[in-house]
Amino acid sequence: MQPILSITDLTKTYATGFKALKGISLDIREGEIFALLGPNGAGKTTLISIACGLVRPSGGRVTVGGHDITADYRSARGMIGLVPQELTTDAFETVWDTVTFSRGLFGKRRDPAHIEKVLRDLSLWDKRDATLRTLSGGMKRRVLIAKALSHEPRLLFLDEPTAGVDVELRRDMWRLVRALRDDGVTMVLTTHYIEEAEEMADRVGVIRGGELILVEEKAALMRQLGRKRLVIDLAAPVPGLPETLARHRLKASADGAQLFYTYEAAAAGAPDLGGLMQDLAGAGAVVRDVTTSQNTLEEIFVDLVSQRA
Amino acid sequence: MNIHAVRAIYGFEMARTLRTLTQSIVSPVLSTALYFVVFGAALGSRIPSVDGVSYGAFIVPGLVMLSLLTQSIANASFGIYFPRFTGTIYEILSAPISAFEIVAGYVGAAASKSIVLGLIIIATSALFVPLHVEHPVWMVAALVLTSVTFSLFGFVIGIWADGFEKLQLVPLLVVTPLTFLGGSFYSIETLPAPWRQIAYLNPVVYLVNGFRWSFVGRADVPPEVSFGMTLAILALCAALIAWIFRTGYRLKT
Ligand SMILES: Nc1ncnc2c1ncn2[C@@H]1O[C@H](COP(=O)(O)OP(=O)(O)O)[C@@H](O)[C@H]1O
Ligand SMILES: [Mg+2]
Repeated sequence: MQPILSITDLTKTYATGFKALKGISLDIREGEIFALLGPNGAGKTTLISIACGLVRPSGGRVTVGGHDITADYRSARGMIGLVPQELTTDAFETVWDTVTFSRGLFGKRRDPAHIEKVLRDLSLWDKRDATLRTLSGGMKRRVLIAKALSHEPRLLFLDEPTAGVDVELRRDMWRLVRALRDDGVTMVLTTHYIEEAEEMADRVGVIRGGELILVEEKAALMRQLGRKRLVIDLAAPVPGLPETLARHRLKASADGAQLFYTYEAAAAGAPDLGGLMQDLAGAGAVVRDVTTSQNTLEEIFVDLVSQRA
Repeated sequence: MNIHAVRAIYGFEMARTLRTLTQSIVSPVLSTALYFVVFGAALGSRIPSVDGVSYGAFIVPGLVMLSLLTQSIANASFGIYFPRFTGTIYEILSAPISAFEIVAGYVGAAASKSIVLGLIIIATSALFVPLHVEHPVWMVAALVLTSVTFSLFGFVIGIWADGFEKLQLVPLLVVTPLTFLGGSFYSIETLPAPWRQIAYLNPVVYLVNGFRWSFVGRADVPPEVSFGMTLAILALCAALIAWIFRTGYRLKT
């Protein structure tokens, strides 16, 4: 199937000479939720802005639904909804007017029933006659989402949708994202929180310094993330691992003073830690200390990236 | 053609006008009335007539022009500057809409407002002086053409400005002086040399005189020259705007 968003060798060098994107290639499948994960300044907003026509690419090619974003910008942009990172709204318009305006801007005929549905989905219906400057930050963000949904986009960009957002809005947002996915809307969201990617995304792309260093199915990423490591300090080294410990698949440090036990914290069958301790005692090992550590995202990235190299 | 988008922008801008009715309509009308009181009634009684036209009637086209120029520029420049300032321009720039359609929406709204304003000022002036329009069709044509031209010019300023001061700068330092020196309140022909020759370098002279010709049938400049000059300014502004959208100047990085 043709990808809904196809990015090929995309580069961006700002007027300052700063290379914000260094040759990004990425295909987004129709209907998926893709999380673009990366620290501040990684180039997430730049990437989205190019796809939406707000920033000019320096090189490469982007198509939306097969339409080139420059040569055939009308068809390409008509499919896109954008919820920007910054809270930018008009001040004196009403919620209803500003959302209706967005729909017109994207070339769709008036459809009050659709606007009503969008406002209700976002708990904005009661606020439809309120002027925007009277709304709280959270409400304004809802309005921005409503504007992006007003013209029924096939591809929705959410640039850091939950940055500085309260719990309630966060929950509403995820419910909305699921509902949109059920309607077949493709979503690309950016975040620097792994939890956010974990909660919603089908696939995760990691961007850093203008480079896409990893694209992975979320499930695979999370399996890695869920892995824990138990470090067992022994009072005295155990020379070689006794047979009775074989079933635990332990690893030993070079001097034999430490044993490592790796297990899936989130796996269905709980790890048999009690059995492990009994077997250790049975083998005559004196356990002095036990610590656990969880794989950090950083480690997983390094792991996955080095696997690929 | 994304006609829904043009209508959306036009409607948005006109709604803004209605919200700020006092500022948009009432204050220009009031200041025009003040001009009539000062120039028409107080001073005009001592100036019998210019070129066979009563002084009050003589300054009507100039007064309308003054409002038309300043209001067209103010409306159009603010209309596009404000979304740039707040950041809401992102939506316009990401919409499936051409440069022509964006300009049609913003400039169309600013020009509409100026045209209505011009007609209101003409009607107001009829309260002070006996009004006669020699060439009504040309009068309306000049009104429309000038409004569109200077709304385009305002659009350019609204893109160029990177602060509210700059937004005021051109109207205040260039347009208003040129209008006052452009024969709004006197005939250029009454100026001594070399000021008369210098005055003809001022484009506003041609606008005012074209408009005056449509009212009284006489002017310092032949009407063809006046209309030609207006069209030339219009073409210049349109070319500037085309360049802005082609290069993304102050709009896209
Ligand atoms: N208009 C600009 N001119 C110069 N540099 C910019 C501009 N916009 C963004 N940058 C730089 O490009 C980098 C990527 O920015 P951005 O795409 O906003 O990152 P992210 O959204 O991942 O935080 C940053 O280092 C930022 O400073
Ligand atoms: Mg960003």
